[in-house]
Amino acid sequence: MTAALLPGFADPVLGAQAAFRALLDAMARPGRVLPLGEGLAPPAPLTPALGAVLLTLCDADTPLWTDAPDPARGWIGFHCGCPFARNPEQAAFVLPLGEAPPLDSLDAGTDEEPHRSATLLLPVAALAEGAGWRLTGPGIAREARLSATGAPPGFAAAFAAQRARFPRGVDVILASPSAVACLPRSTRLSEG
Amino acid sequence: MTDEDRERRHWLAVLARATADEIGQRLADAPPLPPHRALRGPEIGLVMVRGRAGGDGAPFNLGEATVTRCTVAIEGGAVGHAVRIGRDRRAAELSALLDAALQDAALRPALHAAVIAPLAEAQAARRAAEAERAAATRVEFLTMVQMR
Repeated sequence: MTAALLPGFADPVLGAQAAFRALLDAMARPGRVLPLGEGLAPPAPLTPALGAVLLTLCDADTPLWTDAPDPARGWIGFHCGCPFARNPEQAAFVLPLGEAPPLDSLDAGTDEEPHRSATLLLPVAALAEGAGWRLTGPGIAREARLSATGAPPGFAAAFAAQRARFPRGVDVILASPSAVACLPRSTRLSEG
Repeated sequence: MTDEDRERRHWLAVLARATADEIGQRLADAPPLPPHRALRGPEIGLVMVRGRAGGDGAPFNLGEATVTRCTVAIEGGAVGHAVRIGRDRRAAELSALLDAALQDAALRPALHAAVIAPLAEAQAARRAAEAERAAATRVEFLTMVQMR
């Protein structure tokens, strides 16, 4: 039994609904940075924002791959009840806390069922609008700028490269300790 | 399974069958319980109850049952769980709290004597009384056949 088991959302229903709404907005408006996970205290190395995303999206039907050590792993298992995938290729959600697996190795869905693809949950040090990557595409009026401090080197190039296999592809949720920004596969990203 | 697991299984079974009032009454004479923090619930949900025809047939879904579950942590880190049939949130919370406290070797003897043992005794007496009532109406088919 994990000795230091910590609570999840104070109110599981309202907490998950509020976080879901924020994620929905973030996914519909790529590049927008929305605060998430306030009041949540998951065990380190999970951050409040990561914890909120996991509690909201993961359940018994979504295999999760993560390299999180105990007690974070135990916390996820207890509160989300999700199965842990053995390798990132088989997971519906991928949460790398150490080195991120290559984007093109994740499940990209099929041309008939592109929605069955994986979602990458990528922890970053900080997120800010108005500088950094240039984003265009659905949900963005003209152009959005997003800077993600601490994103793995080569991530932007790998994300831009997956446009070639649209509608297959991986959606990305970038999570700073207290906020999220989303990069759905329909977004065009260029470094600039 | 260790002895400790067997003991825990026993008290969890006793607590799952006791009502909130029964547990509350016993707790009145028990030493005070340590402060606790809710980790999950008490929350109400459904479980699928599965059965096997004759005990050895293929498993089938018998039906859904309402259950209440609760998990609490007490000071010192012990985590107590409770899952019980029905919608009694208070009973689930008390059971989880008692489960956590009973895992503490220092608290166990007093709590066991004040709460678990009397509850188990009352439950056994109730079961025996029901069995007696049922036994009084038992029909011996062999005797009936011979009487004709």
